[in-house]
Amino acid sequence: MRITKRTILYAILAIGAAVMVLPFVWMILSSLKTAAEVNTTPPTVLPASPTLENYKYAFEKAPFARYFLNSVIVTVACVACTMFTTVLAAFAFSRLKFPGRDLLFSLLLSLMMIPFEMLVITNYQTIVDWKLTDNLLALIIPFTSSIFYTYILRNFFLSIPDSLYYSARVDGASNWRYLFRIMIPIAKPALATIGLLNAITCWNAFLWTVLVTNTPESRTLPFGLYAFMTSSGIRYERLMAAATIVVVPMIILFLLFRKQIVTGVSRGGLKG
Amino acid sequence: MKRLFRKTRPDGEKLTAKTFLLPAAFLAPFLIGLILFSVYPFINVFLISFKEGYKVLTGAFSGFGFANYEAVVRDPNFLNGLKNTALYAVIVVPTATALSLLIATLLNNDIRLKGFFQTCYFLPMVTSITAIGLVWKWLFNFDYGLINYFLSLFQIDPVNWLNNPAYNLAALCIYGVWSMIPFTTILLLAGFQNVNPQYYTAARADGAKGGRIFRRITLPLLAPTIGLTLIINMISASKVFSELFPLFNGNPGSAYSLYTVVYYLYDAFFVQWKLGRAAASAVILFVIVLALTMIQLFIQRKWKHY
Repeated sequence: MRITKRTILYAILAIGAAVMVLPFVWMILSSLKTAAEVNTTPPTVLPASPTLENYKYAFEKAPFARYFLNSVIVTVACVACTMFTTVLAAFAFSRLKFPGRDLLFSLLLSLMMIPFEMLVITNYQTIVDWKLTDNLLALIIPFTSSIFYTYILRNFFLSIPDSLYYSARVDGASNWRYLFRIMIPIAKPALATIGLLNAITCWNAFLWTVLVTNTPESRTLPFGLYAFMTSSGIRYERLMAAATIVVVPMIILFLLFRKQIVTGVSRGGLKG
Repeated sequence: MKRLFRKTRPDGEKLTAKTFLLPAAFLAPFLIGLILFSVYPFINVFLISFKEGYKVLTGAFSGFGFANYEAVVRDPNFLNGLKNTALYAVIVVPTATALSLLIATLLNNDIRLKGFFQTCYFLPMVTSITAIGLVWKWLFNFDYGLINYFLSLFQIDPVNWLNNPAYNLAALCIYGVWSMIPFTTILLLAGFQNVNPQYYTAARADGAKGGRIFRRITLPLLAPTIGLTLIINMISASKVFSELFPLFNGNPGSAYSLYTVVYYLYDAFFVQWKLGRAAASAVILFVIVLALTMIQLFIQRKWKHY
């Protein structure tokens, strides 16, 4: 009796898992097939003669190397800037005492429900006014402050005992020194979580990229992929190779840091 | 007011200009970005939505009024978007939550390969909507897509998912459920952590069976988490947009019949350059999200002890 129950449990889990991973597996398998093999019924599972031609095509005919580099630059810059503003703000909201601090913080929290889609109209005009369209800066500058990440980090900072702060101050450490020498090392796990969530969001950003970039030189991967689809026609073996290029870095990140990412997500949700 | 300024800090220091300067220095980088790219555009979008005859290039307008809102609520595309968004939310959110509840319940057991299963179920969360949407476009392909091939194994005729407008919403919903499961499962699993395992031990000692335990213990104790998950997912479903690009080549469905609220906003703004209408639809989106958020806060407050 117990054994059959276990078997059913594993069977359901396995079927579900297969459905969830199927698109990824099919993407990679299709990307290794030839045009003739992709368009056959019934479909073959494993490529008859695996080829990297489609990847070569993506890198040669569309500037996927360029897109990739742009994505890396934008993601790294975004995460670095956001970390900087988040650490300082979270410190101010948790350790420094000033009148109106908690009022200001709850006002900021209420801003969290504003959908980003609502802000694109004015932000677009700002970027145009600043003559930053088609510039990678346009993909970085609007995303340097995050209330959500500040909220997570502030809560983490609050869990560090006050006594640590006061003894450091008595020993003559400045706020600045205390933050960098004591708090940041302690908060490493929280910082890693925030950084990972932020990197995933930056890497996958689409709508804003469509608005502020026109030339291939300033596109990042998701928009580059979309442009590749509309410009070079629907050839699935090539599209799947290109999609793999976009997706694989995040899959690797997820396999390496699954625990941190899951903790971060369960703490409040991925904000798109 | 006077008393406020005489107040001293807990550590005995006097309240001086320095009390504000130091926090200001720490907060400046954060607040500047926030004011320029969140607060100001938030206020401005309300202003634009009430400006009549707004010119994009010059910024000139003829006066304030409700003309944009009237135009938007009379626009069949917007009404269509509202209807589709509501349908999408009502279909996808409960389906995804029910499936996630099943998965989370199974994953919450003491099972082997837990890490492996978690990886499988959570993987879609980290991937680009555009890239994986393209993969779904390929799975939905009429002639060679994997989904129609599976259907043919059961003697079901191929479905023209992406080019027959009657099936467009179904395709979008299937993709939507798949991409919503990871996040929902994670939240529900976190909810399970809050359920005291002693309840289960006690129930088993009393001879309760699996189904009964689920209905009488798991569901009631998990209710706050489920409610919260439903609302958070409703909010994200009300912004459905990016999925349309890979599936329908950037169009709202194959016959332009699958507008969503955010697609309407995008179309009015970036395709037609009718900023007033775009702003008005953005404000309507905000009102929808605000209403859902109020419900969310209400749930959180009611079950605060969790």
